[in-house]
Amino acid sequence: MSELLYTDKLSVGYGDRTVVSDIALSAEPGQILCLIGPNGAGKSTLLKTLLRLLPPTAGAVYLEGKELRTYSERELARRSAAMLTGRPEPELMKSAEVVAAGRYPYTGRLGILSEEDRRVVRESMEKVGVSELADTDFTHLSDGQRQRVLLARALCQEPRLLILDEPTSFLDIRHKLDFLQLLRELVRERQLAVVMSMHELELAQRFADRLLCIRDGRVDRAGSPEEIFSGGYIERLYGLARGSYDALAGTAEAGRMEGAPQVFVIGGGGSGIPVYRLLQRLGIPFAAGVLPENDLDTPTAKALGVQVITDRANEPVSAARADEALKVLASCEYAVCTTGFGSVNRENRRLLEYAGKRGMLRGMDEIG
Amino acid sequence: MTVKNKNRIARGFLLLAVLTLGLACLNLAAGSTRIDTAALLHALFSADRTGSTARIVWDIRLPRLLAAALLGGALSVSGFLLQTFFANPIAGPFVLGVSSGAKLTVALTMIFCLGRGIVLNSWGLVAAAFIGALLSMGFVLLAAGRVKGMARLIVCGVMIGYICSATTDFVVTFADDSNLVNLHHWSMGSFAGVGWGALGTAAVTVCAALLCCVFLAKPMGAYQLGEACAAGMGVNIRRFRLALIGVSSLLSACVTAFAGPVSFVGIAVPQLMKRLFATARPQIMLPACFLGGAGFCLGCDLIARTLFAPTELAIGSVTAVFGAPVVIWVLLRRSGRERA
Repeated sequence: MSELLYTDKLSVGYGDRTVVSDIALSAEPGQILCLIGPNGAGKSTLLKTLLRLLPPTAGAVYLEGKELRTYSERELARRSAAMLTGRPEPELMKSAEVVAAGRYPYTGRLGILSEEDRRVVRESMEKVGVSELADTDFTHLSDGQRQRVLLARALCQEPRLLILDEPTSFLDIRHKLDFLQLLRELVRERQLAVVMSMHELELAQRFADRLLCIRDGRVDRAGSPEEIFSGGYIERLYGLARGSYDALAGTAEAGRMEGAPQVFVIGGGGSGIPVYRLLQRLGIPFAAGVLPENDLDTPTAKALGVQVITDRANEPVSAARADEALKVLASCEYAVCTTGFGSVNRENRRLLEYAGKRGMLRGMDEIG
Repeated sequence: MTVKNKNRIARGFLLLAVLTLGLACLNLAAGSTRIDTAALLHALFSADRTGSTARIVWDIRLPRLLAAALLGGALSVSGFLLQTFFANPIAGPFVLGVSSGAKLTVALTMIFCLGRGIVLNSWGLVAAAFIGALLSMGFVLLAAGRVKGMARLIVCGVMIGYICSATTDFVVTFADDSNLVNLHHWSMGSFAGVGWGALGTAAVTVCAALLCCVFLAKPMGAYQLGEACAAGMGVNIRRFRLALIGVSSLLSACVTAFAGPVSFVGIAVPQLMKRLFATARPQIMLPACFLGGAGFCLGCDLIARTLFAPTELAIGSVTAVFGAPVVIWVLLRRSGRERA
């Protein structure tokens, strides 16, 4: 069996209360399995059960083909390591000491580090790039450095399975990317199996090999990023009532304004997006057009605008659609134009001329 | 560990050893009868132990200073264990009411036995104190399960301590006159009453507990990173917590059984040691706390005996004068850091 970890009709929860039931999950070496789903869906509960910090309420977890509860503490800690959400605040502990703590399942009764232990500590720190922080007090580190040190600590256990609970939540975008890039490298080099939970959907989409979606007490769906991030599934998973999520671009938009359009945006090629978002922020309902179906502007315009006139992809804008747009434009208070015109959107020039003649045209700084 | 850290640790232990030995010598020499060096050496190393100086040294001062050192060390180690357990820098056997619980059961047992003419040996005393310590520890743990935050835990402990102390006072007040002299003296807290026999019992108990600590050092280090993290590294949390509670209760029970209540040593000494060694590693802190606690109590007992001689101060009063400011300092440092 190629799975390192798998579950059989697993239910997880606290005491009598089951949070997620009937979970079928498997993790393979060299792959990242990512858990996504709304807050409170039970992702952390599941991760804790995989680590044996919680007993299953039903079913079982198998690691290397052997049931999890049959492992001794030491045997288990040599196979799986974790980074959980709690922020440890150890008093007066140097980063190197925090990392060295990961040798726990290898040291003797007195916890004295051997030469081999020191080598693994040194290598782990080098691997995640925190060697120069060895003598820094752990509590003085930045969030990005902390996560790296904690990752090095987990690596010191020389695990085959790594379990991470929202490892990037507190990090800025650069450190999020750095951390995940590093994780990818480790997974490839050491053939680790990773199970982690994440809230950053766009990153889960890019860094996970497989996704497990948890919602309403069960595994709602499992599959590759391509399968999960399609057909508006993410909006359903999170029950997005206001706002929308563009799975392809990995961008979230706020909910659209209701009412008759007050502003007409003549955009295209991505130039209209800032204007759509500005109008949304100001609470002004708007219309946009004419946009080819595959224009960069189209998803955002559709997510935020009350009326969007589109035309077929890969074809010039037709006169008929432009006439339709003119009618909508006529009913608006003013228009904003963010684009130039070429052979594809020649017809849109008529919209600009119409607005210009009636003095309806405003610059972006005049919106409001 | 770098060379710099190693040097700091070596220097720290040297300082503690010199301090403790120096204070021990002072304790032998100073008192209502001053003993000069020559007489002291003669009393210690000659076979003749009948002279008055030899009697003072062997029957009074030596057991007393050994008791102060042994029990002071035990108390401070107990404090360090509790601080690790609760991840709370101002936890200790006294503020958590563990000492007061032990005091109550010891008082009750003594009155019960004396009333029936039973002579209680020192093992019985330790056992009684241990039961009391575990009982109040149980209450604190129940409270700790419900309340979050270090201030509330401490308030719960202090309240349990007050209840036990008040009950003890109540019991002592209504005890027979003949019992009272003994009990009253002990319930004030003093290292004076510890004879060679009791010292033996205390030494065996404390050594057994310290031996357990040697093996607890490794999981304690992991536990300092948080319970979940420790469990993930292979610490059996339930067994570890039971052992930690058992050992720390035994240590503080042993102190209370023989010396009565001694406050603040359990908080102040571990804090001072952490600053001195700039680490919280149990492998270093456990011996450091024991040595530091021994030195601290030797110093405090010296003051208690000699400051207003021939009147003796309660040992708890002296340790509080030196220990309480340390606690205030710790709290000020922490609140300063949280604001920054």
